[in-house]
Amino acid sequence: MNDLWLKVSLSLQTFKTHRLRSFLTALGIIIGVSTVIAILSLIEGLNRSVAEQIQSIGSDLVFLSKSPIVMAGPRNIEEIANRPDLTPEDAEAINQLPSVDVAIPEISQQLTKLKYRDKEVASVRVIGSAENFSKVNNRFVESGRDFTRDDVTHRRALCIIGSYVAKNIFPEGSPVGKELNVRGHRLKIIGVFREKGAFLGQSMDNMLVMPYTFFEKIFPRGESVIERAFFGYSVDIKPKTGQSEKTIDEVRELMRRRHGLSFDKKDDFEIGTQQMLMEIYQNITRVGFIAIVAIAAISLVVGGIGIMNIMLVSVAERTREIGIRKAVGASNQNILSQFLVESVFLALIGGVIGIMFGLILAWLISVVSPLKASVSLWMVILGFGFSAAVGIFFGIYPARRAAGLNPIEALRYE
Amino acid sequence: MKKNLTICRALDICKTYWRGKVAVEALRGVTIEIKTNDYISIMGASGSGKSTLIHILSCLDTPTSGEYYLEDKLVSSYTDLELAKVRNTFFGFVFQSFSLLPRLTATENVALPLIYAAVSKKERVRKARKILEKIGLGDRMNHRPNEMSGGECQRVAIARALVNDPKVIFADEPTGNLDSRTGAEIMDIFDKLVAEGNTVVMVTHDSTVASHASKTVRLRDGMIQNE
Ligand SMILES: Nc1ncnc2c1ncn2[C@@H]1O[C@H](COP(=O)(O)OP(=O)(O)O)[C@@H](O)[C@H]1O
Ligand SMILES: [Mg+2]
Repeated sequence: MNDLWLKVSLSLQTFKTHRLRSFLTALGIIIGVSTVIAILSLIEGLNRSVAEQIQSIGSDLVFLSKSPIVMAGPRNIEEIANRPDLTPEDAEAINQLPSVDVAIPEISQQLTKLKYRDKEVASVRVIGSAENFSKVNNRFVESGRDFTRDDVTHRRALCIIGSYVAKNIFPEGSPVGKELNVRGHRLKIIGVFREKGAFLGQSMDNMLVMPYTFFEKIFPRGESVIERAFFGYSVDIKPKTGQSEKTIDEVRELMRRRHGLSFDKKDDFEIGTQQMLMEIYQNITRVGFIAIVAIAAISLVVGGIGIMNIMLVSVAERTREIGIRKAVGASNQNILSQFLVESVFLALIGGVIGIMFGLILAWLISVVSPLKASVSLWMVILGFGFSAAVGIFFGIYPARRAAGLNPIEALRYE
Repeated sequence: MKKNLTICRALDICKTYWRGKVAVEALRGVTIEIKTNDYISIMGASGSGKSTLIHILSCLDTPTSGEYYLEDKLVSSYTDLELAKVRNTFFGFVFQSFSLLPRLTATENVALPLIYAAVSKKERVRKARKILEKIGLGDRMNHRPNEMSGGECQRVAIARALVNDPKVIFADEPTGNLDSRTGAEIMDIFDKLVAEGNTVVMVTHDSTVASHASKTVRLRDGMIQNE
């Protein structure tokens, strides 16, 4: 222990005498470690907020749709377009299934602009749904009232707006009771949803919901292949607690029956879960993760070669010193560990600076952008571990070279 | 210390250096014995193999052929670690060019061998200071080599050679880089050490220096000259 401390203090001395050189040497490691820490903490922050968001949508929802949630690989759009449409009646039938708590039909469109007098909001998601929309989507009507069954069956021109829309076009006073004009139709605002925050940097409150019966009147269905494939009803299903597996089976069986599919035919609909959404998301971030590992590996190798280079210079410069130490009784092992401690020390300094730099970088990014950073202890430990490993790996060759010097040859060296 | 006990016995030592394809026979069959409390001077012209011999005797280098025994144990059978231990505790070495570490103080330089003998820091400082006092450098403890004169540096080097209580002190032309007055002071130190019972083997090509020794070995072209 005493011995190690001695070597560390010796390394510190070398570091002090060659401040600039040591810093430049450690630069590769600094860059490597700081990028990794910054990106990892951003990914971690993203993971966390995505997990939270997905949770907040509703704990274990099951989605039924005509087209797949994510188009993985080439798909025949024609085939999807020719599938039977899902209907509000399907949602009603699913609603009756024993494992299902509530099921609602949902259909949506993006509205480029929503105007009210001199105010406007862009890219509003307009949704047509039914009376249980809030319950299924974990939403809460903060002021005004929620939809009733009658609103839907009587095709009433009503809507509930998201808090983003409310704030932007009704900065003061309550929007409840006001009328909005959507594509030439006047819709009375009956309520405002409580704020939900952003998902992947996108506000979840820039939305408007109306009875699907009225939605059909405003947005007639086009006949193009794309529209038939992707624009239509889906069904959001909230299973009874702990029964989502059962729900998936029941929904599949019901829909196959309703679509008259014989046992040898494939499903002509898609069933997804939040779990699957999460997995899709994780697959996306995994790609990012691999990219970082590659960046890190490259910069650590570059940093490591820098360390090896400077250690070789250091061995050459200190040949006489090595000779003297050996002449007075230093063993090969003593010299080896002295130089190894030094290269690890150098790498660790790079690591520490890199970690600090990375944290500052992550913090800066989370201040100026909607991304959130989340730092965990394991990242810091990883940063330390990696730089120490680089120090050992790239330090071993110069250290062995120093240890193997013949004392007399070394003493003769000028 | 008991007298006339054999510490080192070198038999028919040869050392050949290779300069490219040319062989340089630095030593050609040297046989020599070192006993306790010996005061041996090794003389000879430049290039006669004095340094080579003393390096082999002090285990800083290994012979090409021949047998070298330390207290009846064959040195060629030693491992690297054992050789390091021999250099550390068995022998002390004083070089012509002092060979101090420039960034260390006198005390730290003297204490250097003790680090490799795993002596605690407190004890290292205590021992180093005691020897520096004894050798007359009590007021130079915290000086670095570039803050001291040649004679002072050589005394620090002698103190370093003494710090582990070695059985033999080797010195390769210890006065070679000093003026004659300082050289004489250094020789006084060696005389005293021998008087206290130490064993000294010293290389020199200066006969007044050699005259301090009780025995002189003359080398010529890598062989001992019999008079
Ligand atoms: N490392 C070496 N490589 C080649 N030749 C050497 C080496 N060391 C010493 N020699 C040669 O060996 C001979 C003896 O050298 P050395 O022992 O240093 O002599 P001295 O100390 O008596 O002047 C000289 O000819 C010298 O040039
Ligand atoms: Mg010589």
